[in-house]
Amino acid sequence: MEENKTPVENTEELKAETSDETKFNELHGEVLGERVKVLSPARTVAKRFFRSKLSVVGLVVIVALFLLSFFGPLFSPWGEQQADETPTTIVNYSQTKFVDENGNQSSCWDISVTESPLNKEAELSAEHWLGTDENGWDIFTRLMYGGRISLTIGFVVIILETLLGVVLGGLAGYFGGKVDNLIMRITDILYCIPTLPIMLIFYSVFDANGILTIERLYYMMGILTLIGWAGTARLVRGQILSLREQEFMLAAKCSGLSVKRKIFKHLIPNVLPQLIVSMTLGLGSIILTEATLGFLGIGAPIGTATWGSMINAAANSTRLSFYPNFWIPPGICITLAILAFNFIGDGLRDAFDPKMKR
Amino acid sequence: MFKYVVKRLLLALFILLAVSIILYILIRLMPMNIIEQRYYSSLQQGQAADPEKLQAILDSYNLGDNSFGGIVGGWWKWLCAFFSGDFGTCLTNGRKVGDVIFENMGVSFAIALISLALELVIAIPLGIKCACNQYGKLDYTVTVLTMIGISFPSFFFASILIKIFAVDLGWFPIGSLNTPTANLQGFSKFLDTSWHLVLPILVLTILSIGSMMRYTRTNTLEVLNADYIRTARAKGLSERKVVYKHVFRNTLIPLVTTLAGILPSLFGGSMIVEQVFAIQGIGSVAYTMTMNGDVPFIMGYDMFIAVLTIIGILLTDIMYAVVDPRVKLGK
Repeated sequence: MEENKTPVENTEELKAETSDETKFNELHGEVLGERVKVLSPARTVAKRFFRSKLSVVGLVVIVALFLLSFFGPLFSPWGEQQADETPTTIVNYSQTKFVDENGNQSSCWDISVTESPLNKEAELSAEHWLGTDENGWDIFTRLMYGGRISLTIGFVVIILETLLGVVLGGLAGYFGGKVDNLIMRITDILYCIPTLPIMLIFYSVFDANGILTIERLYYMMGILTLIGWAGTARLVRGQILSLREQEFMLAAKCSGLSVKRKIFKHLIPNVLPQLIVSMTLGLGSIILTEATLGFLGIGAPIGTATWGSMINAAANSTRLSFYPNFWIPPGICITLAILAFNFIGDGLRDAFDPKMKR
Repeated sequence: MFKYVVKRLLLALFILLAVSIILYILIRLMPMNIIEQRYYSSLQQGQAADPEKLQAILDSYNLGDNSFGGIVGGWWKWLCAFFSGDFGTCLTNGRKVGDVIFENMGVSFAIALISLALELVIAIPLGIKCACNQYGKLDYTVTVLTMIGISFPSFFFASILIKIFAVDLGWFPIGSLNTPTANLQGFSKFLDTSWHLVLPILVLTILSIGSMMRYTRTNTLEVLNADYIRTARAKGLSERKVVYKHVFRNTLIPLVTTLAGILPSLFGGSMIVEQVFAIQGIGSVAYTMTMNGDVPFIMGYDMFIAVLTIIGILLTDIMYAVVDPRVKLGK
């Protein structure tokens, strides 16, 4: 209630001031607003952020990837799992060289012609911009569908992680003592569990329990969240520990605010800058984890396109050597996405930092 | 100091205990271990198989009972053996887990050590150089390049290198440690192995330079703004002396603490890179064993990593107090 009162009083005061000011301005013939431009903190950050070229590049790349993934498939004639059913002849040839006893060189061409009902493993063409894969699926279209899942996984996991981390880290930092000890020991334990072997184990547990369809991705997101929240919790806790001792918290205590209000209205907003930076950088690392799992052939269900499951082609030595169009495009997309998130995170960190010179 | 270390060690023990419980339960939730896999495949091939014998073998590894009580009992037996120095026996080949880890660690350790050394030699001077010319051309280029390095997924970078240098150009061999056709001995074998290891080391080095370089750069920038550097300049020291004597040494303080965190990757191997280059190191062995469901080995390897991680954290904290006298290890 008291809080509602104060602004009203303030505005009245302000009105009085402005009327003085207008008089002053009338006398001198100019308006104060024309001379001085006041920037809110958010505007300052935005201005600093957009001044850095790299962050703008990152932002543009991410927006482009998003548009491509979410709107691109609407314009594609092919579907995610729609095979090109034009019958084709596949000609394979290889050359073997021989050197006989006299040093004469001769070579032998091995040519095999196979009829295929599907237009599979096609090369780049106007019809299939990046060719087709071993199932006759259009790679470019799958790349766009894959982006949907990969980017969505990143955002869902990072948001869940942050929520969990902020609540637990906030509790630990604010209450200290036993609560802090308990939560911090849990983060220690999570830190010691190796991620990749654990994901391998979960993979076979999923397989055994018949979780083979798209719901497997949901479980994967859940596990990534459960493993990943510890870092956020530590960050929030550390910040709150130092903020807790500051004067404005004493003021908040004196005005008799509730614990919930103190944590979520006064402490968390102060942690927000670091939190946003770590979220942006975290997004990249989650996309990387998804891709790594995909590369090892675990993660997304069979047939579903994600950038990770597409780059799995590089694990096969024939595809690695002879079909670079299978694995280079998704690899570039993954790298671009991670790079862009890193650029944005870096730019944000600099923009939020009041000590930065530029 | 002593009291602090003892306290931390006790805490570490508690954490490891909790980690072992979680790991053991998860591993036991895995559908099939290698013994059952072999049993069922021999059943499929029509060979006579004795279910009682299977049960007896499983029981001898404490894997027979999959109820909650059985899992807890199995964990307890594993723990007792662990503390008496017995890390269990691999189901796949019947050898001691400790021996298997130790034997395969060599290659992984060599690769990790060389790439770590290269990383330090390249990243630290580069970081200092960039910080001294902040916002200069070099700084900008290196920052962008290292960012790209950080963002590259290791398997993608490795695949590109294999495609270009091994498949297309044929400069380097693909996979494994030795040329299988050549029967080499002694020094030439060593050379052959080194030749095989160039690409993996390159991958590990290039991908890790980025974070180290950026860390050095940030630290150097902080040191450059410190009062004692202004004092050094005010004394009239040459820029060379300021940078190499005063700045350089002080940048190393926070760097020492990051080195302790490298411990798990140094001894634990890199699953992905070893997998891509088909190197029989500890990482790729662990991958195969995990996919096969070799319960004692998975347990042993994952606990090995956990122990390394926790030692790493402990070392970091202690090192921090050792290099920086201002830090007091207290509560």
